[in-house]
Amino acid sequence: MRKTLGRRTALRSLAGVLVAALTVGAAACSSDDGGTSAAEAGPNGVDDGSELTLWTRAPLEKQAKLLVDAYNAGHKNKVKLTVVPNDDYVAKVGAAAGSDGLPDLFAADIVYVPNWVQQGLFQDLSANIDGLSFKDSINKGHLSAGTVDGKEHVLPFVLDLSMLFWNKQLFKEAGLDPEKAPATLEEYAAAAKAVQASKKDGVYGTAAGLNCGGCLVFTWFPSIWAAGGEVLSEDGKESKLADDTAQKVYSTWNDLWKSGAVLPASAGETGPTWTAPFTEGKVGLMLYPATLLSSTPFDVGVAPIPGPTGGGSTFVGGDGLGVSKDSKKAAQAWNFLSWMMSEDAQVGVLAKNKDVVSRADLANNKYAAEDPRLVTINEAAGKGDTPVALNFQQAFNAPNSPWLTLVRNRVLNGSGDLQKDNGEITAVLKQ
Amino acid sequence: MRVTAPSRPPSAATRGRARPRGRQALLGWLYATPTAVFVVALFAVPLLLVIRMSVSRWPLLTGNQGINAPDNFVKAVNHRFFTDSVVFTVKYTVLATVLLLALGLGLALLVQESSRWNNLLRASFLIPSALGLASASLLFYVLYSPYASPLAPVLDRLGITFLGSPTAALISTTFLIVWRYAGFYMVLMLVGLQGIPADVYEAARADGASRWQTFRKITLPLLRPTLALTTVLCVTGSLLAFEQFYILTKGGPDNSTITVVQLIYMVAFQGQNDLGVAAALSLIVLLALVLINALQLRAFRSEES
Repeated sequence: MRKTLGRRTALRSLAGVLVAALTVGAAACSSDDGGTSAAEAGPNGVDDGSELTLWTRAPLEKQAKLLVDAYNAGHKNKVKLTVVPNDDYVAKVGAAAGSDGLPDLFAADIVYVPNWVQQGLFQDLSANIDGLSFKDSINKGHLSAGTVDGKEHVLPFVLDLSMLFWNKQLFKEAGLDPEKAPATLEEYAAAAKAVQASKKDGVYGTAAGLNCGGCLVFTWFPSIWAAGGEVLSEDGKESKLADDTAQKVYSTWNDLWKSGAVLPASAGETGPTWTAPFTEGKVGLMLYPATLLSSTPFDVGVAPIPGPTGGGSTFVGGDGLGVSKDSKKAAQAWNFLSWMMSEDAQVGVLAKNKDVVSRADLANNKYAAEDPRLVTINEAAGKGDTPVALNFQQAFNAPNSPWLTLVRNRVLNGSGDLQKDNGEITAVLKQ
Repeated sequence: MRVTAPSRPPSAATRGRARPRGRQALLGWLYATPTAVFVVALFAVPLLLVIRMSVSRWPLLTGNQGINAPDNFVKAVNHRFFTDSVVFTVKYTVLATVLLLALGLGLALLVQESSRWNNLLRASFLIPSALGLASASLLFYVLYSPYASPLAPVLDRLGITFLGSPTAALISTTFLIVWRYAGFYMVLMLVGLQGIPADVYEAARADGASRWQTFRKITLPLLRPTLALTTVLCVTGSLLAFEQFYILTKGGPDNSTITVVQLIYMVAFQGQNDLGVAAALSLIVLLALVLINALQLRAFRSEES
């Protein structure tokens, strides 16, 4: 009897210690020392030598590093950049959000922004953003993705557009005009087949991330928009990916796949190496991210992504950047954001690196004048689109998304019921 | 976790010996405290948290939203990949366990006899075990990649892919696991084999038993404890398979290689972002594992007696 009592007391005191430890931990977390809000800090924020933390995901590492280095060189505030692998980013942000440990600034894939804003991960920056004299020329897609109930929460960090890239050398060898972009998806397919027919060892007509939902969204949605079609309903709760235009896109790719002009490795490509074949010069033409223009070592042509019968559009992707709910240094963080939108950063850092500027009024800058491809990309940015849906990740980007099932059924397997597959997407969007 | 002290004989319950016994009990608790603290902090507390999550609405990004039992369990069982993932996990477990145990035993028998090449063989079988599973998976990811692999030209000519079809993906992943773990199971089997006294074999030889008879009637029965241990380890490990599929296939192609643990990860972090449903799935897996291991241990024990 005494023994059981002893055990019980021991357990009880142990539990007591644990509870005490947890309470102390919780108290330490909730100690709040205020800090000025972004709105109180004036149009330029505060530059007082604070250390700011910033998280972004690996695909935009290059641009993020350039921006952060340029900012740190000219300011008292210092930004500490953390780059997280693409696949782990949501998990990391989720864990940090749950434990109130988000960094001062963090970037979010623009398709996730509506959801994350709604979940309250970002602070309201409406007062500051409304104060910007050039507000009307900031990229609309990014700004509206971060707007909930009329309140703006994020600014475009890096714009990543999907464009049609073609390898001029391979075009020439295939007897195609290296200066002329395919004007329709049909011409795109014909060009891919022509490159394939030149029978160069290890060279294929085109490539795509056919097992990567995010890649397919990024590269195929524009073809539907270019023909005036829609991919989602206005409220983002219904999928329109079984419409006629979409069907034409699938059948063109199905035909290309069957003809053998698509890199075979594309069928299993889950994302990590989806751009590599083109970068290494093994693919004739590809729907490709514009952020990689500066790291493509050979002569390429750039054009908007065509629809089945012409037109041109682009997916305005990339990341939005906002101040996190947990930041105590919103005023200092706004200093970084306002600098990021300035001409110094947009032209002096992004445009200089052949990246897209996120302000339309700066589209024709001196770097763009040197390289007409940049003008093409900057102009496309204004005409492109960014789909908005709360459950975007689950419906499209996830490795097992119903969108991926639909595309693979249509293009690779030639099986499945399109209406049923499309219904699965809608079912997820409605959740 | 439970400390069972030997029960005190009634005659010893005299006043004079009560004090030293009390001190002994205290000392016992003192010895057990470090373990107990770790068990509570690293097992009991997380387990309680998971149980709480499983009965609460708990989105990844917003945290606890209050009790909603039993919604999470209903959603977990009705998930569109629940049945598929259970079936696939069982299939994979059977395949991996049979291959690993047979190969482990075969390799152990091979390197057991002392010969010139013995040490070299043992070392070469064991080396893959020194590599972390994630690193090994990455290594094979490159090796299997139709784009980056050094075997790519050959594959291209033969028209085969390692991860392109559901069957190929399963076989390729199982191959990786066999490569990585065969050496480990070989060592376990070797320890078991060397625990069998030599005179039993000698007696068998004297009785004129054939090689096969010796193996059937002596090696296998006397190896039973080792076989029990390796089976439990292998079945549990395979049922909880994650890294290899996460890195090599991501559940594809066409959602054909989703394991149960991967489903948990997907629900928690890749899209649905619902920790409540993920916790419910984890609990279901935990219960299944407890049940399966209890059955296995019982099976091995009953045959023993």
